[in-house]
Amino acid sequence: MKFLSRCYIGLIFLLLYVPILVLIVFSFNESGSLAEFSGFSFMWYEELFNDEEALSSLMNSLILAVSSSVIATVIGTFGALGLHRMRSKYVKGAVNTVTNIPMMNPDIVTGVSMMLLFVAVAAIVKSQSFFGFGTMLIAHVTFNLPYVLLSVMPRFKGLDKSLSEAAQDLGCTPARAFFMVELPEIVPGIISGLMLGFTMSLDDFVISHFVSSPDFQTLPLYVYNQTAHNVKFSMYALSALIVVVILVILLVVNFAGSVGSRKASKKRR
Amino acid sequence: MKRFNFTKRIFSLVLAIFCVLPSLLLGLSGCGEALGSGETVTLYVYNWGEYMSDGSEGCLDANAAFEEWYFDTYGQKVKVNYSTFSSNESLYAKLSSGSVSYDVVVPSDYMIERLIAEGLLAPLNYDNISNIQNILPEFQNADYDPDKDGDGYNDYSVPYLYGMIGIIYNTTMVDEADIGSWELMWNETYAGNILQFNNSRDAFGTAQYYLGLDVNSDDEDDWRAALDKLKAQKPILQGYVMDEIYNKMENGSAGIAAYYAGDYLAMYENNPDLEFFYPKEGTNLYVDAMCIPKSSKNKEIAEAYIDFMLTETPAVANAEYTYYASPNRVVLENEEYIEYMGEIKDDAYEKMYNTDSVMTSSYENLSGDKLLLINELWEELKSDVTVSAGIYVICGVIVGIVAVCAVYLMIRKQRRRID
Repeated sequence: MKFLSRCYIGLIFLLLYVPILVLIVFSFNESGSLAEFSGFSFMWYEELFNDEEALSSLMNSLILAVSSSVIATVIGTFGALGLHRMRSKYVKGAVNTVTNIPMMNPDIVTGVSMMLLFVAVAAIVKSQSFFGFGTMLIAHVTFNLPYVLLSVMPRFKGLDKSLSEAAQDLGCTPARAFFMVELPEIVPGIISGLMLGFTMSLDDFVISHFVSSPDFQTLPLYVYNQTAHNVKFSMYALSALIVVVILVILLVVNFAGSVGSRKASKKRR
Repeated sequence: MKRFNFTKRIFSLVLAIFCVLPSLLLGLSGCGEALGSGETVTLYVYNWGEYMSDGSEGCLDANAAFEEWYFDTYGQKVKVNYSTFSSNESLYAKLSSGSVSYDVVVPSDYMIERLIAEGLLAPLNYDNISNIQNILPEFQNADYDPDKDGDGYNDYSVPYLYGMIGIIYNTTMVDEADIGSWELMWNETYAGNILQFNNSRDAFGTAQYYLGLDVNSDDEDDWRAALDKLKAQKPILQGYVMDEIYNKMENGSAGIAAYYAGDYLAMYENNPDLEFFYPKEGTNLYVDAMCIPKSSKNKEIAEAYIDFMLTETPAVANAEYTYYASPNRVVLENEEYIEYMGEIKDDAYEKMYNTDSVMTSSYENLSGDKLLLINELWEELKSDVTVSAGIYVICGVIVGIVAVCAVYLMIRKQRRRID
């Protein structure tokens, strides 16, 4: 039985990681073909760092992901607070459902409706260069919000109400009680919401496709449009680099986390 | 109590600012552009992905060369904003939605016809495009863009590159005696090694050319006949693919595929066993041409851009970068280009240009109900189940699952209450 379960885990990891491994290996392939591995070379990496268009779209992607996830996290956290404090069960349920719609909606519906909205607004304000970073940011914040709510809400639910009441009894203003008592408790939820939003925004293609302008191209759009002909091999190099960077970040976060928790547990003793 | 209200107000204010922030940024970015346009003009170019020499591996960066040339000639700084699309249809969606405006776009023939019909293109002023004489006369007064004003040139478009569909085959797998005709793609000897286009128009095209039918036919029966032919081909196909074709042909996991001549040369570089021919029954010829949308804000610079792309250096660089055939006289006569083609493959130049004996026709823009019909037939081919029935089945299954879940939850709740 143990053997079987190991096989199963092995298979799962194989399916998850072999594609990424292939990508990394072939990013070092000299010939620029998936047919054969002709020699080890850094030429695609060199080409990548000379490819201004690719680098600027990567830059755009990062700017957009950071700003949209931060804004969505701030709005979403206060939204979750408001939702948590709502008294009527029915209103709460209704609001909860409504905020989940952007997440359940197929991306293409969100994308098209966003585009139509922006086209209409652009026509009203008679602006020519309306589409761009702004429209992308609004769209990304919109679809990030439910994810933040989803990860922060459970934290509020698990919160002991009497803690905040005790703080207020001891002379805290409600705002101070929130920042001193409640906020530290929900921080893990906020961080996971932030990370979720960041990754969602980084790899979104469909919605961005509709609300983008040539002034502000993100990386997924750039790569997708290459499929008209053969995708450049420097994209393999870029993807390999992204995988490595994410791996390093994860390792650091986990390492730091484990050190932190060890310290904490020592303190408690 | 008063204090509580005050902080609540500040909270709301902060939240409101966060909500409004994106729109503020939007306004600011708009302003920034308006201010900047006094110095540097931005020219928006929308082209196929990987379809212009971009400076990689030592080739010419065509857009940077234009910026430099324009500044030297007119003393005006221009920044080319170059973005790409992956299909004519996505270009159409962008242009017709009106969400963005471009100055130069490069659609294919049938899409140009459609854009002209819908009034989305601006007529070109050839006083600003003097190099138009470099374009071979057979590409002028094209069917998709007839010369109505009688100046001898297309009214709305300047051909950029063109190509033809042919059949690529692997010489180690295919017997030379079997080649020459579209029949090869229906040859059961090679069952499991044949790739077909995953794009309705091109796939139907292969069957229509094979059957000798008109690819722009108005007769529904013609399309049905092509569908029957494709259905007969389906069992012996390895699959319907588009860009996967590169890897499959290069590593020999498939032996026969219809694709574009220029892309064949790119595959040949990685697998010298590959060969190519134009089927004797005729094949498709397509032209990608540069046009200026009506919404362009810098039409004169756009015309200068088109003019520049017709000059020798960039035109040769683009033809060499893409491997597609050039309709430009100076490219065809360029010694370096002929030599370059010879280095790729001995007969590459002849394959691309010595094509007078090949019968060709072009796709034309089809009416809306014809497009609908093709989509329907294509779905029928790909799914084998009639579409309407399939959708009902899937909807039924989903509703069923949801109902089962709901009932299960209700029962569980009831039981808990009893407990």
